[in-house]
Amino acid sequence: MTAIAELAMPISPGLIVILGGLLVPFLTAGIARVYVLLLSAATLVYVLGLPSGEHAAFTFMDLDLQLLRVDKLSTIFGTIFLIALFLGNLYAWHERDRMQRTAAQIYAGSAIAAAYVGDLVSLFVFWELTAIASVFLIWAAGTDRSFRAGMRYLIIQVGSGVILLAGVLFHVHETGSITFGHIGLGSIGGTLILLAFGIKCAFPLLHNWLQDSYPEATVTGTVILSAFTTKLAVYALARSYAGTEMLIWIGATMTAFPIFYAVIENDLRRVLAYSLNNQLGFMVVGVGIGTELALNGTAAHAFSHILYKALLFMSIGAVLFRTGTCKGSELGGLYKTMPWTTGFCIVGAASISAFPLFSGFISKSMILSAAGEEGHFITWAILLFASAGVFHHSGIKVPFFAFFAHDSGRRPKEAPWNMLLAMAVTAGLCIGIGIWPEPLYAMLPFPVDYVPYTAVHVITQLQLLLFAALAFTFLMRTGLYPPELRSTNLDIDWIYRRALPAIIRGLGSGIGVVWDSLIGGGRMLVSATIDGAARNFGPYGLIGRTVRVGNGVAWVATLLLVTLLIAYSAG
Amino acid sequence: MAEHPSSPIPGEKPRWLDQPRNVTKVVWALVAVCALLFLSDVLYEKHPTFAVEYLFGFYAIYGFIGSVGLVLAAKWMRTILMREEDYYDRDR
Repeated sequence: MTAIAELAMPISPGLIVILGGLLVPFLTAGIARVYVLLLSAATLVYVLGLPSGEHAAFTFMDLDLQLLRVDKLSTIFGTIFLIALFLGNLYAWHERDRMQRTAAQIYAGSAIAAAYVGDLVSLFVFWELTAIASVFLIWAAGTDRSFRAGMRYLIIQVGSGVILLAGVLFHVHETGSITFGHIGLGSIGGTLILLAFGIKCAFPLLHNWLQDSYPEATVTGTVILSAFTTKLAVYALARSYAGTEMLIWIGATMTAFPIFYAVIENDLRRVLAYSLNNQLGFMVVGVGIGTELALNGTAAHAFSHILYKALLFMSIGAVLFRTGTCKGSELGGLYKTMPWTTGFCIVGAASISAFPLFSGFISKSMILSAAGEEGHFITWAILLFASAGVFHHSGIKVPFFAFFAHDSGRRPKEAPWNMLLAMAVTAGLCIGIGIWPEPLYAMLPFPVDYVPYTAVHVITQLQLLLFAALAFTFLMRTGLYPPELRSTNLDIDWIYRRALPAIIRGLGSGIGVVWDSLIGGGRMLVSATIDGAARNFGPYGLIGRTVRVGNGVAWVATLLLVTLLIAYSAG
Repeated sequence: MAEHPSSPIPGEKPRWLDQPRNVTKVVWALVAVCALLFLSDVLYEKHPTFAVEYLFGFYAIYGFIGSVGLVLAAKWMRTILMREEDYYDRDR
């Protein structure tokens, strides 16, 4: 036993959260809500004290597994994951559902464990566990829609894991190593693993599970979901595909195309899911550029993004919690009775828009600067456009249509105290990082030689953002701005929710037609045979009817003649 | 819409933003800030990475045109992509 204990020590913080989470079903809600806060806080303290290096390595079935690799990259993701879990647990304090609370701990624990593993087989195990644990946060909403969205989500997420496993098998065959380090393209294994990461990271055309499922989860579930799956994928990309040029183009596309959808989407949680996708694009570009500045930018932006995205989902979740809807067309004027939630939403909006003094400003700009330094002009121009665009839909549209705009006449109560407290702490972190970025910079994987607050940077960023605001105002005042409409906008999921089922139904009915005609033809043949037999052999048939003796002799004579003729001709 | 907000609850004290003229004040304040920002391009020395950044007020122009283009393009996309809210719930 001591040998096993020594091998597994120090234990992975992810395992602490998973094993700790398994206790939650046995606790009453009153104890569990305190317990999960303490569990995530204690694990956070534990993470910050972990010694660097490779621990908890053992051999299992000839595989060299390693559950705890502590370096700067795993530490920054482990740290922000635990902060997000703590804040998510605080936000869900009022929740009495044991299943959700348990699922949230196991899901977050798996993502944290995956960030610390040093081999691809362990990565696969925790990769799948995040998929399976997280779907319960979607199903917990209890609606038919959420059940179906959860099913689609589960199929795609588990599918990503299966592709990862296939890729790992090829990779082992090609290189003989299961180390979770740089992989790169150029082999079948490398390509399959990138595809698996790409699905979880919501690459263009592989993205739609995100906008499909997150808005269908529970109020508290979406906040938890927004933090882990996609950022785990960003982490995995940074680990294994840094400097893969294709990722620059994939990332740039990701920053741009979701914002068009975000402008016309009515469900504000879905708007946020589209903007989440857009923010992932910045991180993917950073991985693709692959310089120290770019990878620092990716890690820093993942850190700030998890906080401001959680804050935005928290504020719109509070609106959903109090009013029962988060559709832009049904909201408006809520600032009158939910002033605190309004304020926190605006902090999240300012952070995602990268206003000076807010967190996005000090992290996103590193990626843009890296793109500039490497001379990627088109990428830089796309990222700049996407920066203005994200301000448009997340920065202005979400707070504007929920809390201001046309007064909906709704006068909901302010959010519960625990939600307000969670939002206040998250907002404090967003502003804190924006004003004082040095502690975050010190956590980044490479030494930082970057100064975000220069006159040029502050002025140009304010020009970009405030003229985007001016454009919004101009479009609103002239009536050109598209109104919020109750609608569904077709995205890539149309292919698997409509086109493929239609094709399969078409194929099915085609097969049915062929089957029916074969069976029908067979039946006709059988009945024709029976009819013919009845005609010839029946009581009045040619052969079956009774005949007179003379006729019978004539028949016999005729047959004899024919037989003779055949016999002679044969002889 | 925003330019004509009104408080639909009778007897409720209207807020500052409920008055259309106050919303107009906010709009003019924004215009003033934007004008100042545009002109502040003379205040600092540029160290551009790309040649376009030499253009006076490049970021302002790019932000404005980009945003208007984004919204108008998205509005046009509705003609192709928009369906009823229960599109995926029908035929069930």
